[in-house]
Amino acid sequence: MHQAGCGRHVLCDDPSRLDCLQRLSMVEREVPTLVVQRTVFKEIGEANMSQTSLNVNGQAHSVDVDSDCPLLYVLRDDLELKNPRFGCGLGQCGACTVLVDNVPMRSCQLPVSFLTGKHIVTLEGLGTPEKPHPVQKAFIEEQAFQCGYCLNGWVVTAKALLDKNPNPSDRDLANAFNGLVCRCGSYIGILAAVRRAAQEMKTRDKR
Amino acid sequence: MSSKTGISRRDFVKSASGLLIGFSLIDSSIAPEFMAAAQRGAVTDPKAARLDAWLRVQPDGIVRVFTGKVDVGVGLETALAQIVAEELDLSPDRVVVVMGDTSVTTDQGGTSASSSIAQGARPLRNAAAAARVLLMQLASRRFGTSIDELQVRNGIINVKGDPSKTVSYGDLAGSMDPNETLKVSGNGGGVNVEGPGKPKDPSTYTVVGQPLPRLDLPAKIFGRFQYITDVRVPGMLHGRIIRPASVGAKLVHVDEDSVKGIPGYVKIVVTKDFVGVVAENEWAAVRAAKALKVTWSAPIQAFPEQKELYEHLRSATPKASRETLKHGDPIGALANAAKKLEARYDFPFQSHSPMDPGCAVADVHMDGLTTVWSGGQKPHYLQKGYAELLGVPLEKVRVIWVEDAGSYGRPGYEDTGADAVLLSQAMGRPVRVQWMRADMTAWGRKGPAASFDVIAGLDEKGGVTAVQFTSRAFSAAQIHFLPQTAGNYLASELIGMPITGGADEFIEWGNRAPAYAFENLQAVAHVVAGFHDDGASSLGTTHMRDPNGPATTFAVESFMDELAAVVGTDPIEFRFKYMNDVRARAVLTAAAEKAGWDTRPSPKKSAGTGDIVAGRSIALGVRNGTYIGTVAEVEVNRRTGAVRVTRLVCAHDCGLIVNPLSLRGVIAGNLVQSMSRTLKEEVLFDRNNVTSMDWIAYPVARWSDVPAQVDIVLLNHPEIAPSGAGEPSSRPTPAAIANAIFDATGVRLRQVPFTPVRVKAALSSA
Repeated sequence: MHQAGCGRHVLCDDPSRLDCLQRLSMVEREVPTLVVQRTVFKEIGEANMSQTSLNVNGQAHSVDVDSDCPLLYVLRDDLELKNPRFGCGLGQCGACTVLVDNVPMRSCQLPVSFLTGKHIVTLEGLGTPEKPHPVQKAFIEEQAFQCGYCLNGWVVTAKALLDKNPNPSDRDLANAFNGLVCRCGSYIGILAAVRRAAQEMKTRDKR
Repeated sequence: MSSKTGISRRDFVKSASGLLIGFSLIDSSIAPEFMAAAQRGAVTDPKAARLDAWLRVQPDGIVRVFTGKVDVGVGLETALAQIVAEELDLSPDRVVVVMGDTSVTTDQGGTSASSSIAQGARPLRNAAAAARVLLMQLASRRFGTSIDELQVRNGIINVKGDPSKTVSYGDLAGSMDPNETLKVSGNGGGVNVEGPGKPKDPSTYTVVGQPLPRLDLPAKIFGRFQYITDVRVPGMLHGRIIRPASVGAKLVHVDEDSVKGIPGYVKIVVTKDFVGVVAENEWAAVRAAKALKVTWSAPIQAFPEQKELYEHLRSATPKASRETLKHGDPIGALANAAKKLEARYDFPFQSHSPMDPGCAVADVHMDGLTTVWSGGQKPHYLQKGYAELLGVPLEKVRVIWVEDAGSYGRPGYEDTGADAVLLSQAMGRPVRVQWMRADMTAWGRKGPAASFDVIAGLDEKGGVTAVQFTSRAFSAAQIHFLPQTAGNYLASELIGMPITGGADEFIEWGNRAPAYAFENLQAVAHVVAGFHDDGASSLGTTHMRDPNGPATTFAVESFMDELAAVVGTDPIEFRFKYMNDVRARAVLTAAAEKAGWDTRPSPKKSAGTGDIVAGRSIALGVRNGTYIGTVAEVEVNRRTGAVRVTRLVCAHDCGLIVNPLSLRGVIAGNLVQSMSRTLKEEVLFDRNNVTSMDWIAYPVARWSDVPAQVDIVLLNHPEIAPSGAGEPSSRPTPAAIANAIFDATGVRLRQVPFTPVRVKAALSSA
């Protein structure tokens, strides 16, 4: 399913609701992009540039970037994913979190060369409106956020935590989440969502 | 059709693999108008007197509404959709809210003062009521019946008792007169329109008041939402900013050789003390900004020592003073008082520190149309300011608001846009500027520090006979919260433009804190000049969520608690003696009930002998017709000085509630954020710089700090117009926590934040 609408909503598939030019651009983006290369201003120099293979959300990509470039910028600027998000570039807030072999990591601190052979999952790779991941479903049901800019980190971290530990204690939750910041202070809703997701995932696993 | 870049619209769509925000808000029926405008190099200017400036019914039945207000992450979009849907008898998911594009939305003064529902929704509601009448008139003509014989449900009009005579809003859309006009009154934030049709009586509401889930959250949670940081335009370069090494330092030399070898590096842009780097990709820009060797002139020690801050506020000759209130004879009554109570309270500089440090994209065309994409709260003011900065007419600049992280006032997103404007102007290409964390936390604008002295006189029976209240503070509008002049931005200050538009904003008794009815009362406010306030300063002060509200309420509500303790009365009973307002009483009563309040004076008699002692207390907040009573329960570790807020209970009355689900989320966020500001937040600085650069030096509440229990009691008053909820519940928290610490320990904290070091020091000197 491609992105619907104006970029603010995914709920409605009524085409009249989906500001159409946007939608068109998304359709064209659906064609898998296997090689992304920066082609402009090549003459400036390619001293540290190298081809790196990345597996992102189950898809193989080859990017031609500086091997020291943090994964964050490759995912956002080369692969044009909206998540992870830049928050501090210092590994202090977690807005840039991705799952690397299902371990939450700060993509602003990972040189792209570190990622060869690893499986990277971003928020986009969890679920879709048609097939939401239980964690996403729970966060929607609890209306867990205000601005939502940081939510990428919370959702993927919760997913990794609950995969490993279906019954997290208060201490487990603190260990998993103390590295993240929500400046809007939506922690109460986030906690409710994580608890709801844990319940949902247990019920699902029993089925 | 060609755009100004000379490529066809179709090609544009194909080439822009990212966001097409410039066109995304435009539906097919109005797009040509904008495309033509772009070709002419002009922008359209929606006329408030036209119905279609506010609302359009599409043939598919979607109702599109246009507002100059923007959603800063608190659910405004959803609430506005409900308000419009209510008047039109439509499902809210059939309403599309277009926000903050200066070419398609009316100037409503931007988002400000928690007024987007109280003020901003009025013209939309009235336009919707007008549209409903017009649609009913069209239907009545079609069916040859009177309007009274018609009914409407979910956008379908039919003749009562005759299901065969049915027509939808969409079917009638083509028959609506595009030149329908409305009567306009007011301007800016107060602009309103009226047309045929009266809005509904709130007692009949079926959509407003419902807990509708937020319309924007699913897109956010599936990772598809487009924030400002996702804006990509063809040919776009990436910029980063290098600020002076110390406040007031002048640029001496830039060594371009230090960055020339970086792949993707394009150019250094230097104008006076404004330094930026531009690169083909983000990583190159980051590397270049880091590697660039810049020589600055010696530090000028623009700031005092941090520990002298409050003494500075108290000893500096104020740049402006005002007696904001006087009742009776406070001087005489104080002179004759049997007993006096004096206290001083200090509140620090604080940083908005939004999750996104700041991002904007500018595409400057000096001979055509300049477009700036920004997450700033006031796009129409930015349009004015950026036009002035470029020296071009207003109609040559279009600002398109795109949602950013929650901004909590005027953090610096406005300044990021100006950076992007200057870089794009220099490059002749669109430039995206992303601020790094220190660009925001260290150099972003600040909430002002303030200092308060309060004196009360009491008679023999413990009655308060007089109160004198004096505030000394930096202006919350030194950097004007309306970013409408070129001199409003950091970049402008660095290129040598004088700061313009700043104002002396006075702290007012009764406006920023509850107004108790004391017989003899005097309130005086002093504004103290900022540090290096004639140039670019990292301590430039402006509006931060609930400007001056938490600080002033901290002083007033702490002092009320001190008075109650001195006379040995329960803090709520004491307040009731000096207040007449039933709604203020009601929130205190509701919060107390929910909290299971034990009526007794503070401090608690038997604190016990353990390290951990617990206490509870309350504070009142009143703001532009919104009332908040907040109870805090705390645990204080007497050994370490650590304070833990274990529970917050907030009773909230903002008149009519539009969406209780969304409102609870806003209040919960405010409570935690204001708790964070109370316990942790203080901008640190040395003689030359702000040293709070990141989330370590400027810590905020994290997971483990959050209260185990937060209870929110909503008091709904459908008969009272909504009065705003975005900020008010931030207001009483600092005092509620200070009062609870006093209840637990008998020790009074009078300086925010209540860090363990400060609490421990207070406990050991008690």
